[in-house]
Amino acid sequence: MKARAFDYRRVASVAEALDAYGACAGEARYLAGGQSLLPALNLRLDAPDLLIDIGRIEALRGIAIEGESLRIGALTRHAETLASPLIAAHAPILTQAAAYMAHPAIRNLGTMGGSLSLADPASELPACMRALGATLEITGPHGIRAVPADDFFQDLYETALVPGEMLTAVHVPLAASGSRMQFTEIARRRGDYAMVGLAANLVLAEGLVTSARLGFCSVGPTPMRAPATEAALTGRPLDGDAITAARAALGDDISPDDDDSLSAAARMHLARVLLGRVLATLGEGGAEAVAA
Amino acid sequence: MSAAADSPGAGRYIGRGLPRPGARRLLAGRGRYTDDVVLPRMLHAAFLRSPYAHARLGVIDVSAAAAMPGVHRVLTGADFEPLCTPWVGTLSHFKGMRSAPQRPLPTDKVVWAGQPVVMVIAETRAQAEDALEVIAVAFEELDAVVDLDAARAPESPVIDAGAPDNVLFRTRIEAGSTASAFAGAEIVSVDLRFGRHTAVTMEPRAVLADFDPSEARLTVHQSTQTPYQFQDLYARHFGLSEARVRVIAPDVGGSFGMKLHLYHEDMAVVGASLLLKRPVKFTADRMEAFASDIHARDHRVRARLAVGPDGTLRAIEVDDVTGVGPFSAYPRTSAVEGNQVVRLIGAPYRLTDYRADLTVVAQNKVQMSQYRAVGHPIACAVTERLVDLAADRLGLDPFEIRRRNYVTDDMYPHTTPSGYRFEKLSLATCLEKLHALMDYPALCAEQAALRAKGIHRGIGIATYVEITNPTPAFYGVGGAHISAQDGCVLKLTPAGEVSCAISITEQGQGSEAIIGQIVAEGLGVDRDHVRVLTGDTETTPSGGATWACRGAGIGGETALQASRKLKARILEIAAAILQAEPGTLDIRDDAVTDADGMPRMTLREVANLAYYRSDLLPPDVSPALTVAHHFAPRGYPFAFTNGIHGSLVEVDVETGFVTILKHWVVEDCGRVINPLLVDEQIRGGVVQGLGAAFFEECRYGETGQLLNGSMSDYLVPMACEMPDIVIAHVETPTLDTELGAKGCGEAGTAASSGAALNAVNDALRPLGAGISQLPMTPERILRALDVI
Amino acid sequence: MSTPQSLSLTVNGTPVRHFVEPRLSLADFLRGDLGLTGTHLGCETGACGACIVNLDGQPVHACLMLAVQADGLRVDTVEGLSEAGTLADLQAAFHARNALQCGFCTPGILVVAHDCLGAWAASGTVPSREVIRDALSGNYCRCTGYEAIVDAIESVAKARAGRSDPQPGREAAI
Repeated sequence: MKARAFDYRRVASVAEALDAYGACAGEARYLAGGQSLLPALNLRLDAPDLLIDIGRIEALRGIAIEGESLRIGALTRHAETLASPLIAAHAPILTQAAAYMAHPAIRNLGTMGGSLSLADPASELPACMRALGATLEITGPHGIRAVPADDFFQDLYETALVPGEMLTAVHVPLAASGSRMQFTEIARRRGDYAMVGLAANLVLAEGLVTSARLGFCSVGPTPMRAPATEAALTGRPLDGDAITAARAALGDDISPDDDDSLSAAARMHLARVLLGRVLATLGEGGAEAVAA
Repeated sequence: MSAAADSPGAGRYIGRGLPRPGARRLLAGRGRYTDDVVLPRMLHAAFLRSPYAHARLGVIDVSAAAAMPGVHRVLTGADFEPLCTPWVGTLSHFKGMRSAPQRPLPTDKVVWAGQPVVMVIAETRAQAEDALEVIAVAFEELDAVVDLDAARAPESPVIDAGAPDNVLFRTRIEAGSTASAFAGAEIVSVDLRFGRHTAVTMEPRAVLADFDPSEARLTVHQSTQTPYQFQDLYARHFGLSEARVRVIAPDVGGSFGMKLHLYHEDMAVVGASLLLKRPVKFTADRMEAFASDIHARDHRVRARLAVGPDGTLRAIEVDDVTGVGPFSAYPRTSAVEGNQVVRLIGAPYRLTDYRADLTVVAQNKVQMSQYRAVGHPIACAVTERLVDLAADRLGLDPFEIRRRNYVTDDMYPHTTPSGYRFEKLSLATCLEKLHALMDYPALCAEQAALRAKGIHRGIGIATYVEITNPTPAFYGVGGAHISAQDGCVLKLTPAGEVSCAISITEQGQGSEAIIGQIVAEGLGVDRDHVRVLTGDTETTPSGGATWACRGAGIGGETALQASRKLKARILEIAAAILQAEPGTLDIRDDAVTDADGMPRMTLREVANLAYYRSDLLPPDVSPALTVAHHFAPRGYPFAFTNGIHGSLVEVDVETGFVTILKHWVVEDCGRVINPLLVDEQIRGGVVQGLGAAFFEECRYGETGQLLNGSMSDYLVPMACEMPDIVIAHVETPTLDTELGAKGCGEAGTAASSGAALNAVNDALRPLGAGISQLPMTPERILRALDVI
Repeated sequence: MSTPQSLSLTVNGTPVRHFVEPRLSLADFLRGDLGLTGTHLGCETGACGACIVNLDGQPVHACLMLAVQADGLRVDTVEGLSEAGTLADLQAAFHARNALQCGFCTPGILVVAHDCLGAWAASGTVPSREVIRDALSGNYCRCTGYEAIVDAIESVAKARAGRSDPQPGREAAI
């Protein structure tokens, strides 16, 4: 199990990376943490001609408040996400999700940008970005563009990135007053891909849910929002009736397929159970953002 | 901390929970596994594998591959025809068994997805894999035989063209009259399915063959349990002189039975080294391991039990169908697993009427053969599920029905209806010890209290009887060149230390450590002065090696008797010098002493005399301080052990997830040589059984493709999901040997899945649900609960 | 088609300079080019944990890094950590508790355990068994069933927490 041969170039800036990509006659890939790319190379599932190592571009690092949002650099390691006080304060759902992401040694190299660019529907961060209403900052040969998370994830492993573009940062809105967040997933073993996972981001005011954003992982080809369920929750107290209504509405939002490891019926059932449990937790407070 | 206590009646070393001397090397990263061995001019092999489960082989075009950078040779099936004779996985004591001849690489068709088809030998593994990408093979896909029942259907394709059907072996065991026993009895029945799983040793298979044509000498470094067996196989099938074939098993990164079978890649690597006259190495990667290491289990067992109104078990009828892949494995066959299932079912109980049918079926899947606890977990789960169902039918407690029906202490020696002979077991003692260890009444009370709160806990127990210390009755009588004896060469070195070369082998269980303890105690020397050598056919005597729980019982007895022999030699020499009678002398603390322990001379002084001043010895006293000893058990065909497991689980009835809260084992492996090592064998074995119970399953698609052949998809138990395991011992030594030890390596695996099956069913019972398929996945539990 | 690259890094405290193919993994570089065979390959996909080494002091899978990615960085393997005495108390505890059998997974587990204990030492408290099991969640062990490993790590955590000053002389068991 050894990778096919390729060329390798380490770059010091985003501009240099984009140039290298543009100059490559064959297939090029950006290499960040490599925790998904390296297995694919070792298995020869992917065999590019050139790897452009962006792992040391300083501009892609850093977590900081910029205006009304938190800017998280694309090279932020999962371990940094897990440990960041800023993220814990303003987007605690990411702190919770990072703890579910694989295992400590993977989290030491795996990056925010890498995980989002891969867009594995079973992974945690894409679902969180949809629940958070994040904006993804994409840099390409023609400059920088901003894409809402809801538009970024297009199909199985397909994103709004066009060849040569790079995800350079995400901008997460600071948690609103009254927001309650929870990320939980159901997996066979600690660190396994989720059978179903849920990032829930609710805002409550005067006892009523004023905003609900739900991001599911492992229930479809992309991280999935649940608009009918969100609507069923909005404008009412987060009580048992609301949870029942939400569980019922979920059938309008997702319809998982059978796969080798789990039937559609089981996955749908687990999604409903998870939804109910997460909402019950949020009804009791959940992880409240300190900014609230 | 759950470290073991010393065994009651421990000697100076035997019975003590001492750490393994060899473990220090491994802890420092200084282990030497086969893939770590690098030889001059060594080449690397990679294999093109069949993408089809069943296909006719057409033209193979290797011309582009042969021209790739670094490539030395590309070999196909035809290249091995003149070199290597085919092998057939049958044994004569399995009457009527058949299996197709096997060769290193196929010449006409492929019979499982993952079968090696073309071999590339190159300067590096990466270059060999590069060349695989440009090989063109014309496969003509054939219908695959996948499902167990479909494989036996009249319209099924037949894998072995020379055979009438896909049945490789069929046998029936019959004792008494089950028909009359069932008449008028309460009857409970099961239809249990046991998934395929596989060993997943942390170190994948690896073999490095080095043929030196100048001496026609073959040296093979191989990750295996059984170097002598491979020495015989390579010599016979390649027509080499056995004395010129050396097999070295260096550190072995786990085996569990998986690495004692002959694999096609092994023969291809040896053949390639013969052809290229250079060292050739092959290390399986993890994908190859899933697609070519033996798989295990894969049974569907239908069974029923007749029980009287008083709870007396009367009779069992069994039909076991097991799927073994395209052929029977070599040289041990793939019939042993099923054979042990049908012979062990019901074994702990007083049954006279028994009937069992076994059908061993070929399929286009990876070969299935012996893996830790061969057949035992199936037999245990079937028996113990039936017993629990009978208890439930009659309103008896699971402990009580077992108490009433075990073979009793006054019945030994006891012969089971299937013909197994038990010297002495401790069934009732273990049962009562488990009852106390678990605090069973408290657990039941807690379970009832929690059920009222909607928390569903289950308690399950499972008794096992385990085959250890096999005589030639196991393989030798069937014609296999698999030794049931062991050999030990013991030497007092000129410096007065002890070197012990023995034929049992080490894969981490602590074979070397216990042999060191036995020799040190047998001779009366410090254990640090005993060096134990294993795993090299050229430096150790031929023997059976380590498998089937034979290392401690047979290898240990061999070492004990060898130490007696060397002690007699030392005392004879010392007596001559001291002008004393040997019978009045002893050895203690590395010194020859009087009978009362007074030191007379050190072993160094004895050795110095014998090696350097033999002129001082009387002419009739030999200076030899090296002894060789071989031992084979001659009494019972097998030394049976027994024990019982308890399992406590909690089922989340909304998700189908099971939390394994705790597991208990009371085991009796006879004399415990090192309780620390026995306990860890048990724990490791329990967890492999819990893997089978909840996680591990090789899933196949309709066309015979393995769907989950990776570590991400095939779920092995991990630290977070496994419980702490409480262990207690009962010691019933075998009287067949002086040492009295039996085996313990499989006792953990034998019953943990059965106990878990009973525990989950106990949790589901109040909900009117039951489960009869392993692994018990969340989805299967949800279906059992009728939630989905 | 792939140009060998110059690679300079520090391995176990020693500067190393090699030319390597870009496709060479850090694990294969350590094992093949440097003979540091204590780093084991069990899956080459980052699942088993047998190849975990420290990269600039943090555990990473050597199978999920290219050797060229480690250019300019510091790599410490089980051999170096052993010789420096860094793992001595863990190794002694693993030995005493028989927290290894075949030993193939052990180097990766030691590196992870060392990291886990380091993180907890900063807090001044002893990690629970659940925390230890969680830290090991990416390390396969097929032999032990994990309990002895948890025991050994827990005992070291307690010993370190209860100790006012290090006593290296008593750790020199390995």
